[in-house]
Amino acid sequence: MININEVIETQRMIQKDNLDVRTITVGISLLDCSADTVDEVCAKIKSKIIRIAGNLAKTAEDISSEFGVPIVNKRISVTPVSIVGASACRTPKDFVKIAIALDEAAEEVGVNFLGGYSAVVSKGMTESDRLLMQSIPEAMAVTSRICSSVNVGSTKTGINMDAVRIMGEIVKETAYATRERDSLGCAKLVVLCNAPDDNPFMAGAFHGVTETDAIINVGVSGPGVVKYALESVRGASFEVLCETIKKTAFKITRVGQLVAQEASRRLGIPFGIIDLSLAPTPAIGDSVADILHEIGVEKAGAPGTTAALALLNDKVKKGGVMASSYVGGLSGAFIPVSEDQGMIEAAECGALTIEKLEAMTCVCSVGLDMIAIPGDTPASTISGIIADEAAIGMVNQKTTAVRIIPVAGKDVGDSVEFGGLLGHAPVMPVNRFGCSDFISREGRIPAPIHSFKN
Amino acid sequence: MNRSIITVVGKDTVGIIAKVCTYLAERQINILDITQTIVQGYFNMMMIVDTSHISEDFRTVASELEALGNSIGVQVKCQREEIFEKMHRI
Repeated sequence: MININEVIETQRMIQKDNLDVRTITVGISLLDCSADTVDEVCAKIKSKIIRIAGNLAKTAEDISSEFGVPIVNKRISVTPVSIVGASACRTPKDFVKIAIALDEAAEEVGVNFLGGYSAVVSKGMTESDRLLMQSIPEAMAVTSRICSSVNVGSTKTGINMDAVRIMGEIVKETAYATRERDSLGCAKLVVLCNAPDDNPFMAGAFHGVTETDAIINVGVSGPGVVKYALESVRGASFEVLCETIKKTAFKITRVGQLVAQEASRRLGIPFGIIDLSLAPTPAIGDSVADILHEIGVEKAGAPGTTAALALLNDKVKKGGVMASSYVGGLSGAFIPVSEDQGMIEAAECGALTIEKLEAMTCVCSVGLDMIAIPGDTPASTISGIIADEAAIGMVNQKTTAVRIIPVAGKDVGDSVEFGGLLGHAPVMPVNRFGCSDFISREGRIPAPIHSFKN
Repeated sequence: MNRSIITVVGKDTVGIIAKVCTYLAERQINILDITQTIVQGYFNMMMIVDTSHISEDFRTVASELEALGNSIGVQVKCQREEIFEKMHRI
């Protein structure tokens, strides 16, 4: 039987260390919503989302209060819209209409983000993919809850450099289209390599075509819990350090598994996966950078940071895997800059640079995330950054992503405020040497030799 | 059986257990086990209870218990047992 110390420990994790379930994300297939006209597609999409996810918000609140654990976000991911809209959309404006319909559906069912305004173009682009990508800046400007992602490469296919070139320009245009709000549109747009089909976290969530009609994916979180556990083993050996992280990750993940199973049972939607990611928020004490500090680096970005992060990422997975029947999604430590108070401070004091962040993305999920850069950064440089990250993902057979915000009208020394979970960030300097001749080459980078495993 | 854990945390005072138990009796909630300890000078009580005979929904009972706690200056929480079982037992 449960004893009082175990109960106190669990309650402390929730109340003091910000343990929570970060998101319950319902993946919904919209493959059966295609039609000949855009209006028909929009009507079908809205009715399907409302039918399947209508009870999501209330169910999540019930579970939250019965188990006494906060469920921070209720979200939806849908089939990549470039596929859903392919039969009806003839112009970028047509896709924007679908974005608006999705936004309205999201508001009606009470979710704060809906992901899947996406195109998967890791090898080639259809006309529909191109139109969707062109529509992203306007779609991000006229909607508030829609998240967009474009997968530009994979270990199996190589990197679609034409898509990389286009996305550099689209990121810039999105920043300009949302210039009144510190280029907020770019915070909802991510460019991926090796994107998983079952990721519950925004902005990269979409419901892949390998998935069933509807599925529940859950993302847990608890950087604060890991940080607190590590406070008790200061100065101990790596063995003790690693065991502590594993045990803590196990406990955190079990909460996610319980919530996922309850949500699945009550909504009558099958359980998909638990995403083991340690996801920080701007709240004090909910920071991955603070864990790195606790492991022993003075500031995130100092020498040793990559090794510490590699260790953390691996132990979180080892602890979490046993706690859940199915794990998937991104599953690792997130290192967004603006969403993590410790990262923000490290960037402000000069400890953390984009180059160091790039190194860190080699050993964790996901990539260069929520980084504000000067608004006058050329599109080709942004494409270069995307290509670098995609190459890391392709060669290392892992998911990588770029979510950077070239903040219109701002430069190094300024700071930006996105608000809420998206946080705030200093504008970080970008290498000023160009790569336009590289980016202007056409075609794709072939898949690496180790992808040929047949 | 539908087991839940009620925890009471706060400064020790007269009648905490009496008031909580009276409420539970009124709601047909059977107490299966009580443990009590003092942690860092604070009164800590844990009850394992059976909530299978309640007529209101669980959220109502949990919020009424919380309000009862506020009225006597302690923090009362009622949570389904599974969250603790899952976290601490393989």
